[in-house]
Amino acid sequence: MAELIAIKRTHEKLDMQAEPMIINIGPSHPATHATLRFVTELDGETILKLDPEFGYLHRGFEKECEASTWTQVIPYTDRLNYVSPLANNIGYAMAVEKLCGIQVTERCQYIRVILCELNRIMDHLVCISTNVLDMGALTNFWYFWAPREEIYKLLEELTGARLTTSYTRVGGLAYDLPDGWTERVRTFVRGSILKALSDVGALLTKNRIFIERTQGVGPITAEKAIALGFTGPCLLAAGVPLDLRKDQTYMVYDRFDFEIPIGTTGDTLDRYMVRMEEMRQSVRIIEQALDQLPGGPVNIDDPRFMMPRKEDVYGNIEGLMNHFKFIMEGVQVPAGEVYDATETANGELGFYIVSKGSGGPYKIKVRPPCLNMFQGMPHLCEGQMIADLVAVLGSVNIIAGELDR
Amino acid sequence: MTEERKSLVLEKLSSRFGAAILATHSDLGDDTALVARDKIVEICTFLRDDTDLLFALAIDITGVDYIDESPRFEVVYHLYSIEKKIRVRIKARVPADDPAIDSVSGVWSGMNWYEREAFDMYGIRFNNHPDLRRILLPETFVGHPLRKDYPKKMRQPTLGRGE
Repeated sequence: MAELIAIKRTHEKLDMQAEPMIINIGPSHPATHATLRFVTELDGETILKLDPEFGYLHRGFEKECEASTWTQVIPYTDRLNYVSPLANNIGYAMAVEKLCGIQVTERCQYIRVILCELNRIMDHLVCISTNVLDMGALTNFWYFWAPREEIYKLLEELTGARLTTSYTRVGGLAYDLPDGWTERVRTFVRGSILKALSDVGALLTKNRIFIERTQGVGPITAEKAIALGFTGPCLLAAGVPLDLRKDQTYMVYDRFDFEIPIGTTGDTLDRYMVRMEEMRQSVRIIEQALDQLPGGPVNIDDPRFMMPRKEDVYGNIEGLMNHFKFIMEGVQVPAGEVYDATETANGELGFYIVSKGSGGPYKIKVRPPCLNMFQGMPHLCEGQMIADLVAVLGSVNIIAGELDR
Repeated sequence: MTEERKSLVLEKLSSRFGAAILATHSDLGDDTALVARDKIVEICTFLRDDTDLLFALAIDITGVDYIDESPRFEVVYHLYSIEKKIRVRIKARVPADDPAIDSVSGVWSGMNWYEREAFDMYGIRFNNHPDLRRILLPETFVGHPLRKDYPKKMRQPTLGRGE
């Protein structure tokens, strides 16, 4: 308040507009990249107060899940973080499998790791390229869009879709890898992605314009980041080495050699650096996973969770009945409650599931990683310039699909 | 080793708060404690500050509507300790005629919006919350959609202009 009065006095002396100006940004604005809204209170170009608002993409994900079978939820999870849909598929499948006590096959776990890391790369490529695009650096956008397109081609070949992958099943995957797919992934991680990273790194990392635009912009301390519930690259940038892949290791992440990059000041530049390094580490993980990839089935052998073979469905009455019950009633998941979290590109994606022992969930709560970052926007931006709002917003990577559910 | 550590949370809670811890279980490896609702802030502060636990990172708050049970609603808290690498789930029941519980947004400022979401979706009121209003749905929305008695096919105008 005292600040405001002081500003008012200065303005009166200079015969300028004395009241702070209210500016509305969004919900449909090119720099928000999603339907988000900010009500900003400005003194000149300085942000005095920032009020973020969301919910424009709310589509009742959780209500819809309560009326679906366990398998029908999988397509909905594609639409959570639509920049890295497979990571959501896998997070959900893992939570249900934990509830059922299923241990998926080794091959399935390796494939899931490879897909998670490809998705992490994809997500970071989008985040960094659109972030610097908002700051006026268009070239990087194209340098990153090309390898992203290659990943999309790989995923399309694997799942049949670019965005709506719906690739996991409770207890396995929809299909095994196509022939030669692993080789194409290897070519990709050895070639174009590394080239793109070094190209963009050369353009940005030591670029004085970029550094001045990002260093000290939207900083956060480790304590404040933890109190606000930050996870993922935004928390790493603040200097807290929290990565569930290491700390509460899941799937087969304990078998790979990789490192967790951390920053110091938690500003936009640190977030960029962390993401760039995470992509390099993802490349390392993928290479190791491809080397170790075992053979064998991708699905568990359990008729309670897997669809009967087509020969049985058409060949005998039990198979047909099984198939009918499977489709009409869904997988039967034991009663109980479970929370399972995975480290996705944005941070901790958690699923809290309550089952009453029927063919569908009683409750599903998604813990979207970017909600905390969006909540922290006032803390990151207040006292900074309005042009920096755009830089910070891009660097915390808000995805409205998972934010609004 | 991890098993011992995990039960440590529940043990500490039980010995410290006694009768306020109504039930505990560790099904599927998730340590869970059902607590009395009037003690929730005290318990959360203890979990955050106790040097053996240090649950500095609050992950999630949500509600669950057990429509056939009494008390009807459950508020579920998920916490994570960065230091000790452990998780805990705290639950508290609130009745249908007075769905209210004290806010923990003073303990973890990041829980502010999660409480608003639980309010929006279930109508659970959080006492002493700094800014308890709808978050995902517009202010003009009537009812709380994740309650089990809210029909899934119910439609409401989405772009109301208020008064």
